[in-house]
Amino acid sequence: MNGMWRAVLESAAVADAEMRKLRRDPTELLSRAVQPVLWLGVFGQVFSQVRGIATGSLRYLDFMAPGILAQSILFSAIFYGIAIIWERDLGIVHKLLVTPAHRSALVLGKALAAGMRGLVQAVVVYLVAITLKVDIRWEVLPMLTVAAAVFAGSCIFSSFSLVIACIVKTRERFMGIGQVLTMPLFFASNAIYPLDLMPPWLQIIAMFNPLTYLVDVLRGAMIIGGSSVHAVGASFGIMLGVFATLLALAARLYPGLAR
Amino acid sequence: MAHDEPIAAIATAGLSKRFNHLVALDRVTLTVAQGTIFGLLGPNGAGKSTAIKILTTLLDASDGLARVAGFDVAKDPVEVRRRIGYVPQLLSADGALTAIENLNLSARLYGLRGKTRAARVRDALAFAGLEDLGDRLVRTYSGGMIRRLEIAQATLHVPEVLFLDEPTIGLDPVARRTVWDKLLELRQRNGMAILITTHDMEEAEVLCDELGILHQGRLVVTGKPEELKAGVGPAATLEDVFAHYSGAVLESGGNYREIRESRSAIRRLG
Repeated sequence: MNGMWRAVLESAAVADAEMRKLRRDPTELLSRAVQPVLWLGVFGQVFSQVRGIATGSLRYLDFMAPGILAQSILFSAIFYGIAIIWERDLGIVHKLLVTPAHRSALVLGKALAAGMRGLVQAVVVYLVAITLKVDIRWEVLPMLTVAAAVFAGSCIFSSFSLVIACIVKTRERFMGIGQVLTMPLFFASNAIYPLDLMPPWLQIIAMFNPLTYLVDVLRGAMIIGGSSVHAVGASFGIMLGVFATLLALAARLYPGLAR
Repeated sequence: MAHDEPIAAIATAGLSKRFNHLVALDRVTLTVAQGTIFGLLGPNGAGKSTAIKILTTLLDASDGLARVAGFDVAKDPVEVRRRIGYVPQLLSADGALTAIENLNLSARLYGLRGKTRAARVRDALAFAGLEDLGDRLVRTYSGGMIRRLEIAQATLHVPEVLFLDEPTIGLDPVARRTVWDKLLELRQRNGMAILITTHDMEEAEVLCDELGILHQGRLVVTGKPEELKAGVGPAATLEDVFAHYSGAVLESGGNYREIRESRSAIRRLG
């Protein structure tokens, strides 16, 4: 059998097992819904009244909804590494690594499952946004663009999380680093304020932050009146490039978990 | 003639592993013939798990050669993986999946498809004695049921060599005996070589055709259980053999990680 096709089937096998686990225990998805509710329902509502952040013709709540969707994806995916460390402690990683499956297929399978999880997360954020009367675009192409961006973002941040897990190897260290990384990624992006309001040094950092490109695509596709600063194709290109790099790194580091 | 000789299931020469200044495995030379159950004994920290990790391609050796099922573990790791099964000391079946899902995942990663996969999964459930419980989540199983499932999972693809790292640790006597019966059944049915690490002298006596004792990373003796006992004294037991070759290290108890893993496995087995 062709090596590439075999790798696809192996990734599908890992993703399928992960999805079965998620279907069986959706509590994490529900608990992850709390944060978007707070950000949109409390922070967004208050800042809409204050009008402290210039968002052009968009209401602030509409402006930040794509950012909160991206944040929700980031926060959910970035702790994916905890599950990997758990699997290491249980010996599941060892068992996967003695199979002839491609290492990249094993980590890609995990990323694909995170992508699916991200889509479910997006549905939850959409429900919150609808409740708060955010002006959502319902055309097919923008919806597909949102879905693709959410999927790509989840793959990126779950792979990033897997790389960190492979380096730190313990849950305690991972929790510390996870907390340290998420907030800078969030604040050094255009999630809750436009890029042109940032000081120049922060704009430079934001340019290297994949969350910026995810938010930018979402802002153009999710909200009526929203627009993207960068071309959508370019943003997807950058996201895919980051994902490919992280995937290669994760595939290289993943076997180290069994040592 | 040399080319007519059967290929050894496992063959190592001068196999060594160093972690910085610690020598975990020191020039180990070992041959395990096809169809043999080989027991690797030694106190905690002797290098048993390191040896098994190198032979299963999870860890690179620092020096020396290792061939499993005729393939070099360093040069042809994927070919080795196609031909081996591995049951880690830790309970590696995924508790959040059912037995059938666990088996299907392994089967798919070993490239089994369609009717072959369905038949192998069915056979594996029967082998593990879980035909009626295949749809239950593994976390609801007893320790013995999980170990039987793991052995079935590791042998779905009918490997030439099966590695087990302390497979009966924490099991009650009945479950332990069942695991032994399953391993003997596998050897008889498929003629596979089995390498098992253990602390349990009764297990070594009942199960193993040949034994090797690791002491501070060195393979200090190998032989059939009867030969080893006779070499120590007329009424010697395997405990005597073990103490004779591993001496005071018996009390050393191993390192923190090994103890944590052993206790974790025992705790999960309930």
